[in-house]
Amino acid sequence: MELRHKNLLGIEDLSPEEISLILETASSMKEVSSRDIKKVPTLRGKTVINLFFEPSTRTRTSFEIAGKRLSADVINISSSSSSVVKGETLEDTGKNLQAMNPDLIVVRHPSPGAPHILARTLNASIINAGDGAHEHPTQALLDAYTIQEKKGKLQGLTVTIVGDITHSRVARSNIFLLKKMGAIVRVSGPRTMVPPFIESLGVTYVPELREAIRDTDVIMMLRIQLERQNQSFFPSIREYARCFGLSLPMLEHARKDVVIMHPGPVNRGVELSPEVLNAPYTIILDQVANGVAVRMALMYLLIGR
Amino acid sequence: MKLLIRNGRVIDPATGIDAVCDVLIEGGTIRAVEPEIRLPDMSKARLVDATGCIVTPGLIDMHTHLREPGHEYKETIASGSRAAAAGGFTSIVCMANTQPVNDSAAVTRFICERARTTACVNVYPVGAITVGLRGETLTEMGDMKEAGIVAVSDDGVTVADAGVMRRGIEYARTFDLPVICHCEDRTLSRNGVMHEGLTSVRLGLRGIPAAAEEIMVARDILLAGLTGHPVHIAHVSTAGSVHLIRDAKARGIPVTAETAPHYFTLTDEAVLGFNTDAKVNPPLRTAADVTAVREGLRDGTLDVIASDHAPHSSLEKDLEFDNAAFGMIGLETTLALTLALVRENVLTMAQALEKLTVNPARILRLPKGVLTPGAAADITIFDPQQPWTVDRNRFFSKSKNSPLHGLQVAGTVRHTLVAGTVVFPFAT
Repeated sequence: MELRHKNLLGIEDLSPEEISLILETASSMKEVSSRDIKKVPTLRGKTVINLFFEPSTRTRTSFEIAGKRLSADVINISSSSSSVVKGETLEDTGKNLQAMNPDLIVVRHPSPGAPHILARTLNASIINAGDGAHEHPTQALLDAYTIQEKKGKLQGLTVTIVGDITHSRVARSNIFLLKKMGAIVRVSGPRTMVPPFIESLGVTYVPELREAIRDTDVIMMLRIQLERQNQSFFPSIREYARCFGLSLPMLEHARKDVVIMHPGPVNRGVELSPEVLNAPYTIILDQVANGVAVRMALMYLLIGR
Repeated sequence: MKLLIRNGRVIDPATGIDAVCDVLIEGGTIRAVEPEIRLPDMSKARLVDATGCIVTPGLIDMHTHLREPGHEYKETIASGSRAAAAGGFTSIVCMANTQPVNDSAAVTRFICERARTTACVNVYPVGAITVGLRGETLTEMGDMKEAGIVAVSDDGVTVADAGVMRRGIEYARTFDLPVICHCEDRTLSRNGVMHEGLTSVRLGLRGIPAAAEEIMVARDILLAGLTGHPVHIAHVSTAGSVHLIRDAKARGIPVTAETAPHYFTLTDEAVLGFNTDAKVNPPLRTAADVTAVREGLRDGTLDVIASDHAPHSSLEKDLEFDNAAFGMIGLETTLALTLALVRENVLTMAQALEKLTVNPARILRLPKGVLTPGAAADITIFDPQQPWTVDRNRFFSKSKNSPLHGLQVAGTVRHTLVAGTVVFPFAT
């Protein structure tokens, strides 16, 4: 089986079989990262451009390492150094990059649908590394890989996603993926940050965190943007942490074998108390490690053969 | 020179005529509407065969954006009037949000002068309610009325301050100027780019809830009651707005309302794939809203169908969805989409045509929209059955921003006459 796509724009476009293929491929890629010499020649002579219109450390670095471990030439362009500040449109930026004949462009952009514009106009493959509040498919894939690694499966698991669902591309991509793979998904958080009609995505909204985490296999905490307090989404950091943060007392309501995830970067003491953050059931760093393997797998599947 | 339109089905909603008749035109005015008119010397008259076609008062579009002055690369008064003529409109009403804004008699006079020298249909400007559409200071409405405006509106934005809006309506009443309301509570719509609903949740696009429109519809209805002056609600898009207007009319409040063809034809799913041509304000809503808008048209709650023709170029549309401009063109597709409602038995042909002719004329007090002898010979002749495919590259508008590209429709304009002169088809 192969991935019948030129681009990875969103989880919504993938079938369950394609998701499984990506996760299986990631397993073999993970082994490369454990070697002494962490490099294979798979993408030698291929050019990968990381085109980031939003600040990112984790995701950009992860894509860069993934490309380099596959021997691709990786170039990073960030918004501060890009021509956007000179007034060039996204389409024109894309066409100029295309003229240099890259094989893959990894794009992060604050506007939903921006990678789709590039996909329509360019010959290079496009990976969406986050478009506004729309999708962040590689995050969902690395989350799925990490859950599968810890729990052995996705089918039938209950996953609770907590926090600012409205503004979260991570939440959307994870909901799409987990539903496709047969998991049960709950969301929790203040109603101000859970969009109306969220149930139409096949999830259940459970406002109270202690109810939402009861009998769940996985808790996914989302990053809260602290400036949303000024936009009347929540009254104070203190109350947010109290009602929607994970502390040891709150975890009393969860199962003993629960695992806790977070796409990062964590607001220490807000989404997660320091004790929870450092506990063994918190698998945030596994997520980061697996991110490289999943992105290597995608690069290989999209441009490696 | 006499002109005789022969053998068409004449429908004049103002008089209730619906019969196969001939229409005799002389000196720019209608002389007679009768069966089988015989002239002493037929060879001296121009004959227009309307067999199989509908002959109706020239269509009136009471909500367009012509972009001149200021954004002539999107549309000019000349190009917009050609699009109108091709779409069967003999009179168009252009909103004030040009650059500069039509908030003074000088701008009004410029628009009227450009219309007189470059337009092939009647152009009636709307003046702003507040200077610069800023919602603060009232415009010189008396001066602008003398220069040619037929109504006032800050269309594109709402006059946010209810006190200013009240004074605006009262001041407009002094000069008997209708007030057209763009209803949008910006504190609710904020940075929204599409309808808040199932599709916005999937796409992660910021939503504009239906309540953002309905709150201001309710407010402006209350202000109509307070001031006793009619308000006209522009581009109604939600079921809730239809209910509010229906209720207000039942209570005798002087309110009228319009919708645009996209609100009874498309839903928010047209945005899927991040199609910026489907980005419009108010946004495309749900199937339930479409049904309610159709019902509002059927029972007369919605008096008028207007295009809200809003031309934009690729500079404003070939962008990220967040950054693309709101608006779609509609002058050349409004008649066909309205005729679809007739085929689907939502409206009778006479009902459909009254919303495009006599109703807007009455609301704006225009001496138009009738086919009685003595009236100006503004006439539209169209074949209601002829199928065609919407092609963005064949519009006469300067702009191409229509989400209907590729849609199969029916109903083509055969002739558009303004003051007895055939302005469409265009002379080559």
